[in-house]
Amino acid sequence: MPEPVTNESVPPPVTGSGASGDPAPLLSLRAITKSFGAVQALRHVDLDIPAGRVTALIGDNGAGKSTLIKVIAGIYEPTSGEKFWLDRRVDTHTPRSAAELGIATVYQDLALCDNLDIVANMYLGYEKTRRAVLDEVTMEVRTRQTLADLSVSNIQSVRQLVGSLSGGQRQAIAVARAVMRDAKLVIMDEPTAALGVTQTKNVLDLITTLASRGIAVLVISHNLNDVFAVADRIAVMHLGALVSSGPVADYDTASAVELITTGTTTRAA
Amino acid sequence: MSLDTSTLETEDAPSPRQRLRALVGGDLGLVPVLIALVVLVVYFQVRNSVFLSAANVTNLFIQAVIYVFLGMAEVWLLLLGEIDLSLGWVAGMGGSIAAILTNVQYGWPWWAAFFVALAVSAAIGALWGLFVVRLRLPSFIVTLAGNFIVEGVLLYILDHVFQGGGAPVQEKVLSDLTNGNLTPTWTWVFVVATVVVSTVVALSRERARRRAGLANAPLYRLVVKLVALAVFGVLLALVFNADRGSFIPIRGMPFAVPLVFGVMVLYSFVLARTKFGRYLYAIGGNPEAARRAGIPVDRYRVYAFLLGGLTAGIGGLFYVSRLGGYSSSSTDSTVVLYAVAAAVIGGTSLYGGRGKMTYPVVGGIILAVIINGLVLIQVSATMEFVVTGVVLLAAVTVDSLARRSQTLLK
Repeated sequence: MPEPVTNESVPPPVTGSGASGDPAPLLSLRAITKSFGAVQALRHVDLDIPAGRVTALIGDNGAGKSTLIKVIAGIYEPTSGEKFWLDRRVDTHTPRSAAELGIATVYQDLALCDNLDIVANMYLGYEKTRRAVLDEVTMEVRTRQTLADLSVSNIQSVRQLVGSLSGGQRQAIAVARAVMRDAKLVIMDEPTAALGVTQTKNVLDLITTLASRGIAVLVISHNLNDVFAVADRIAVMHLGALVSSGPVADYDTASAVELITTGTTTRAA
Repeated sequence: MSLDTSTLETEDAPSPRQRLRALVGGDLGLVPVLIALVVLVVYFQVRNSVFLSAANVTNLFIQAVIYVFLGMAEVWLLLLGEIDLSLGWVAGMGGSIAAILTNVQYGWPWWAAFFVALAVSAAIGALWGLFVVRLRLPSFIVTLAGNFIVEGVLLYILDHVFQGGGAPVQEKVLSDLTNGNLTPTWTWVFVVATVVVSTVVALSRERARRRAGLANAPLYRLVVKLVALAVFGVLLALVFNADRGSFIPIRGMPFAVPLVFGVMVLYSFVLARTKFGRYLYAIGGNPEAARRAGIPVDRYRVYAFLLGGLTAGIGGLFYVSRLGGYSSSSTDSTVVLYAVAAAVIGGTSLYGGRGKMTYPVVGGIILAVIINGLVLIQVSATMEFVVTGVVLLAAVTVDSLARRSQTLLK
């Protein structure tokens, strides 16, 4: 990490972070604030998201997690603060510009079309054509490759309608779609909510696979078991402020719960 | 890990119910509707042997043409979960414009008159589309209002442009749309060419997939389809080529059949093989997902309304051709409901996202069979409405049940 600098293009390091072994951050947020009228949804949030690591964003309802990911995904423009992508300052104030950087968001509703098959959903909006005709063969081959790369093996045929898939499989398709478009940072909003045990395990495996491929993953979750199962780093939000962040080893369930509920911890980790 | 036992299930193996649905929902497609069609045909043939005579079959196909076109028009909208209730009168408007402009009073060439007729029809559809997307009005209400407006304007034109209250068809091309026939030789050429081209296209697609290492559907399924197409084509050619004239011999396939077929193939191609079609399905399935994928959803909605109007206009040309003209008394407010019926009977969903252009073709033929058959077995005209209503209700019920079972399976 560089020394604290005044140079515009390099974000100052967050105090207390930069644990040994973590690569330089892919995305850095500095003093991000977001207000909706009189309501301050985000207060001076500083966060580093390293590549190839799973960062879990935890916090109670209304803590500002969703607002934060919407700022990262370019849906909300922050009221103040800066974003750095690979140490370069960026202004991704539209979903399009965030997507061009390689930020992909997998929302809870997954944004899939149940009436289309897996291939069509994977390529929705980015179809391959040959002389104005859909190139189904190429799209199908690449869909199968992408799913195989991510070790998604529980899908019978990529020509199945997405409406016939289980929740875990749908999650996998939404993630695979992001990966296929060269996402460098994948944001997942409550990926294991409403999933059964087997499906949850499959999704957690998928998250680990993503990180092992050098992709930064930011996971929002309420389920601390899942968080401790996959996260490399944890960031805790409380009432719009990022109250704590660091390697997962610095936390245990008790301290995480305390941070979520009160914003501080009395325990030594 | 959250141990919620209610969601404990293995996801790897498909349940028997899922397998059944894959079979029924995916693979059978039109088969149940075709079985219903065969049952109807057999029933009417048993009751009255005239039903399958060359003259009546030809007549039946011509009758079906208007339902097929209006059904295809409605499919553009139903795919998006929208509806256009003005299409019956839009068809009347398109047909009347063509009849009026080609009439001796104006003497326009047929192609110029057709162009204006179709442009007006498409523009009317697009206008409703703009109201729907700009003002976020339900298409049901917009097009119901539009239905009255187009009806009023059309009746005004018919009453004031032609003092007799109608526009007779006086131009050969317009008349030939439903009254002209291919020669018997060309009938065979059309049938054979269709089968050959279908086979070549299907085989080349199979080969491209095999070369890329992708699995193909079992070959027997393709063979069954192609053989069925060939048998159906040969039977049709034999029927159309039999002499059906009363005084002078009349032979050959009506022009309307290859024309409908051509439009169906073109539309099917657009829906299944282009981005445009893919986006219509996507918007019908999940508009929010389509929007997030960068698809200009509102623009596509307007396109769908425009194509609906255009297709209804084409249907209108055939409509006036068959009626020999259009007058304020030949108008028919219920025809739009037949349009919806044709689309839905074939298997198009009213909830959006599911449907094909082949569906209204089969649905339109079923409607024509019912209407034609009921006349032949001398059931009163009032019963015709009842039977058609029952068929439509049955089709909508099946659609709704299919949708419910789909959500249950999730």
